[in-house]
Formats: sequence, C-alpha cells, structure tokens
Amino acid sequence: MARAAVRHDLAAALKSATLAGLAALGLFGLIVGVRTDTGPTGALIYYTRFDDVVLLVAAVFAGTLARELLFGRSGIARGRLVPERLKAVAAPLARFAAPALLGFALILPVVFYHNRYVLDLGILVLTYVMLGWGLNIVVGLAGLLDLGYVAFYAVGAYSYALLAQHFGLSFWICLPLAGILAAFWGVMLGFPVLRLRGDYLAIVTLAFGEIIRIVLLNWQDVTGGPNGISSIPRPSFFGIPFNNDDNGFAALFGLEFSATHRIVFLFYLILALALITNWVTIRLRRLPIGRAWEALREDEIACRSLGINTTNTKLTAFAIGAMFGGFAGAFFATRQGFISPESFSFVESALILAIVVLGGMGSQLGVAVAAVVTIGGFELFREFAVYRMLVFGAAMVLVMAWRPRGLVGTRLPSVFLAKRKAIDATLVKEGHG
Amino acid sequence: MDYFLQQLINGLALGSIYGLIAIGYTMVYGIIGMINFAHGDIFMIGAFTALIAFVVLVSIGVTAVPLALFLVLLIAMALTALYGFAVERIAYRPLRHSFRLAPLISAIGMSIILQNFVQVAQGARVKPLPPLFEGGFTLLDDGVFRVQLTYVQILIVVTTLVAMAGFTFLITRTRLGRDMRACEQDTRMASLLGVDIDRTISLTFVLGAALAAVAGIMYLLYYGVVDFYMGFVAGVKAFTAAVLGGIGSLPGAMLGGLLIGLIETFWSAYFSIEYKDVAAFSILIVVLIFLPTGILGRPEVEKV
Repeated sequence: MARAAVRHDLAAALKSATLAGLAALGLFGLIVGVRTDTGPTGALIYYTRFDDVVLLVAAVFAGTLARELLFGRSGIARGRLVPERLKAVAAPLARFAAPALLGFALILPVVFYHNRYVLDLGILVLTYVMLGWGLNIVVGLAGLLDLGYVAFYAVGAYSYALLAQHFGLSFWICLPLAGILAAFWGVMLGFPVLRLRGDYLAIVTLAFGEIIRIVLLNWQDVTGGPNGISSIPRPSFFGIPFNNDDNGFAALFGLEFSATHRIVFLFYLILALALITNWVTIRLRRLPIGRAWEALREDEIACRSLGINTTNTKLTAFAIGAMFGGFAGAFFATRQGFISPESFSFVESALILAIVVLGGMGSQLGVAVAAVVTIGGFELFREFAVYRMLVFGAAMVLVMAWRPRGLVGTRLPSVFLAKRKAIDATLVKEGHG
Repeated sequence: MDYFLQQLINGLALGSIYGLIAIGYTMVYGIIGMINFAHGDIFMIGAFTALIAFVVLVSIGVTAVPLALFLVLLIAMALTALYGFAVERIAYRPLRHSFRLAPLISAIGMSIILQNFVQVAQGARVKPLPPLFEGGFTLLDDGVFRVQLTYVQILIVVTTLVAMAGFTFLITRTRLGRDMRACEQDTRMASLLGVDIDRTISLTFVLGAALAAVAGIMYLLYYGVVDFYMGFVAGVKAFTAAVLGGIGSLPGAMLGGLLIGLIETFWSAYFSIEYKDVAAFSILIVVLIFLPTGILGRPEVEKV
C-alpha cells in the first residue's frame, strides 16, 4: 500500500517535472538559445547556444522533481523551512545581534583605519541602511508601497549641491534644509495621491520618481543635465575643514595630516544619521501617530471608522520617510562630491525596496542585516554584476512566497501588558508589533 | 493643418500599441484586483521574441514578408503567452491569500527578473531591425510638407482592430469569456457555480500576454529598435491608458490607449520631445486625483 503510494507520487512528480521542463524549454528556447548581435555590416546576426538551454531545462526539471518528491504537491510549508530546534538556539542569539552589529560598526574605523576599501564599503552599506530605515517607515510601518523613494534621495542630494554651490551654505545648514525640502516634496506628492488605494499609490510614486529623474536630466541650466553637478563642497568638522592648512582639522588637533580623517568622519557621520533614523522610528512607533500607522497598515477601513484621519496619518509617514531620504541624499552628495541623474534611477528605488522587503517589513534589525547582506553581496560578486539584479528579483519573489515577513520575521510589540515577548513570524499577518 | 493631420495619424498608430498593452492591465485588474507590474516587461519579451524569430526565419530562407510576419506573430504570441502563464504561476498564484502588498512586491521582483534576464541573455545594447516594408500613401502634398500614411501604420491599426474584434468575441460569446466576467463580478460565487478560478485567472494572464506580444511586434515594426528596458516606460504609459479609460473596462483601455498616444504625440510635436514621458506620467497623477474611475469605469465599492 505504502509502496503503491510512493510509486504514484513518483509518477506524479515525474509528470509535473516534465511539464515544467517543457515550459522551461518554451521560455528559454528562443531567448537564451538564439543570441542576436549586431554584425560587422550593422545587420543583425545570431549564433545559437542550445547547450545553455539544455542546462536550464535540466535544472528546472531536476528542481521541480526534487521539490515534488521532498515536499509533495502542497508546496513548501513555511514553518518547516527552519527546524524548531534551530529556532530555539537562534532566539537568544538574535537578542545580541543588534548590540553586536552596533559595536562592530563603532569600532570598524579603528580596526580598519588603514584599509580605505573597507571604510568606503562601510559608508556605502550605512547609506543603504539609512535609506532602508527611512523607507521602512513608509512601507514597513504605514504599509504604503513607495516605488519612487529615490526621488526624495535625489531631492536631498540636489538641494545640498545647489544650495552649497550657489549660496555657499555649509553642510550643517544644508542638511536640515535638504530634509525639509524632501519632506515638502513628499507632502506635495502625498497630499493628492494618498487617498488612493495601495497599488495605485505604488504606480503613482513610480511615475513621480521618473518625472523627477527626467526633469533633472533635461533642466540643463539648473541641474547640469546628464553631466550632473561636480565639485560639491566636502563636509567640514563642524566648521573646521579637513585640509593641510594651519587651521585645518589635523593641525588643530595636533595630528599628522591624512586624507583618512575625512573618510572616518564621514563614516561616523552616516552612522550617526542612520542611528538617528532608527531612534526616531522606534520612538515614533510608541507615539499615537506610530500606532496609527501600524493600525492603518493592518486595516484601513477599521481605522477610518475609529476616527483616525487616514490621509493625514499617511501623509506624516510619507513626509517623515521622505525627510530621511533627503538627509541621506545630502550625505551622498557631500561624500561623492559629484551627482548626476544616473544615480537616481528606478533600479535604485527597487534596490532599497528589496532591502526593506528582504529584511522583513517593519523590522529595524532585519533591514540593517539585509542592507549589509545585499550591498556586501554586490561587492563580493562584483564580477557577476549583470546577474546581481537577477538574483535580487528572484529573492523578492521567493521571500514573498516563503517568508513574507522577511528574513527577520519575528516582531517585538510596541505596547505590551506585563512582559515583552517576541511574536513568531507565522503568527503575524502584516507585521504586528 | 498638414502637420496636425500627420501627428494625428502618428498618434493613432502609437495609441493602438498602448491600447493593446493596456488591455492586459485592465483584464488582470478586473479579475484579481491587482496591477500586474510585470506586464510592461511581458510586452518587451514579446518584442524580443518577435525580433529573434524574424532573424532566424530570414536566415532559414523565409523571406516572403507576409508569411514571415504571420509566423512571427504566431511564435511571439505563443511564447509570450507562456511567459504570462509563468508569471502568474510563480508570482501571483502562491500569494493569492497572502497579505495585501505581497503580490505587488513579488510582481515587481518578477519585472526585475524579466528585464535582467533579457539583458543577460541578449545583451544590453539596442537591437535594430531593418524596416520590412517602407513607403505608404501620400495623403496631402503641398510642396512643403507631405502628410504620409505609411504601410506600417495601416498594418498597426488593422491588426489592432482585428485583435480587438477577436478579443471582444472571446469575452462576450465564449464559455471562457463568460467565466472571466463571472470571476470579475464575484470570484467566490463563480467558484461555487463550478467555474475553475485558477484556470480562468491563468488564461487571463495568457490572453493579456498574447495581446502584449502583438503590441510588441507592432512596436518593433514601427520603431525598428528594441532594448531590454523598453517595457518599463511603455508599461507605465499603458497603465495610465488603462486608468484613464477606466480600469476594468475593455473598451476603456483601448480608448485610453488612443488618448495617451495622441497626447504624447501632440505634446512631442508642439511642446518638447524631452518631456514627453513627463506629460504621460503627469496625466496618470492628474487622472487618479480628479477622475479615479476613469472615463468608462465604474466607481469602486470598498468592502470589509
């Protein structure tokens, strides 16, 4: 009896694997199998790569077969992905993950003082951590899918670049201005469109991001068009420049001049900015407005019937998220010294969204870990650059199917009765807590 | 006046292409109530399959243009439909009972996958196709400006009309169309009455993808170039068309497509060509604010 059932399973698995293989043959046969290229005369030529197609089809066949045999027809059960025993071991470790990461970030410039590459990578990762946390307010807490987040990043960057170049304002004056301007744009966009349903909002923000990019690209007189803005002033140590002069940073503090001082300063600056984002988010979550955001994410109709002004609540989330995007943009401009519309394409928005989604929408630690993993992964697999977005897209789809709450799926409640307890990912729908 | 007439012709041809893509958006939205973010990239896949099929057919000796075009149409529609099927199977079906944002995010992931897959498989460079048929009818010629109706434009409009006629027949007269309309009204009730929901949703994606493939071929013939990124902008514009016409309404999608095509063409002709995408995207925002149900759409009732 049991054997008959097994044989039946095998037959069914073989059948569905064959079907999947045939589908893969159809999908990949022409597009992978025939590579078109511009020939020497300018006309299109092609050459075939059917060996790659065979490999792909075989992989799909084997993958489907393995999945069917291991997990059966019901698909992969979410809870079974991580065994219970492993969860029990990992739970206490998770409590120390955040302090450990923070400690590591604090001592990183000391340990790797002579390694410029690591410092630059650290700054890059922290920029994305900050962007991820900023977007997390909008997507993770308020549940508004914003596909044009990079527009606010661009507003911040261009605000700083233009204010510093035309009015000679210092970084420390421009930083809040950049944030305010970005928030202002957030309100401008948000006010009319936040009444819309979630998916409409997604596509409107997408369109808005593109509009900003096209305007930056074509408004040559102000933004420099595709050439961008160069020689943006570098930040100073609260007014003391990082140069080799007598009143420079090194001379005043009795140090030998080194270009690394500025890099280390930038590192701590972005770390501080990111931590401020994190701190503000955590505090806001405990305020009525933060709870209203999370309530809104769970059920908009219920919110409205309880007397929450949904438009205003969404608007604050949108504006605060945009403000942190603007801060990050100002930092980006001062670090690079050069900005152009190329840095603010949709791919960038998608990358930040991927970080938030993979990290677990609403989870601060998860977003930080996801930023480290994704940006670190980018650097690690630099030679496979063309495949990296492919991997990201696949990760977004798979995470949604298997762990919709992201890598860090557990939630800590903002409000609790006697004892703060983590809530397992399988128990939360939209990301309570 | 001559210039205006020429732009009108160009706008109608472009609008037909947008309309064909918009139908895919509006159908999927009508049935599952979600935007298919990967639809623009499905259109791009359609154009690429058509291009590859053309090149291969010409090299194996099929040089008669009508025959080649017919074969390309069949191949591209079949393969692109398969892509539509795969997108639904991978990115939508497993998430049907998941939370609100999940299918949107996985569809965005799917869109990123499709774009980068084509970039990896076919290269990032723009691919040109030599024009298959040149020339056309000269409608007006005053020695300064010539108003021309090219054969390609005629082909685009005629193909769109044929596709629309076939499609309308399918929706209004066949069993499948009835199932689709039933699902659109009430999915659970339709399933209680014996409609196979999974199959109907799958076929909706397949049909939308096949129409997007037709649009892809027309785009390829009209502009003569394709690249892996073209689905993004075209997708947003077609979505705008669907919203403008009233999302969920099939004639609305076609009407919206034509309007967007005309607006874009006239904007480029009379104002500035750099900002033509801004015009289309701004219309999306303005329509959603002032006319969220579109021209032919029904007001949406929100239920708990």
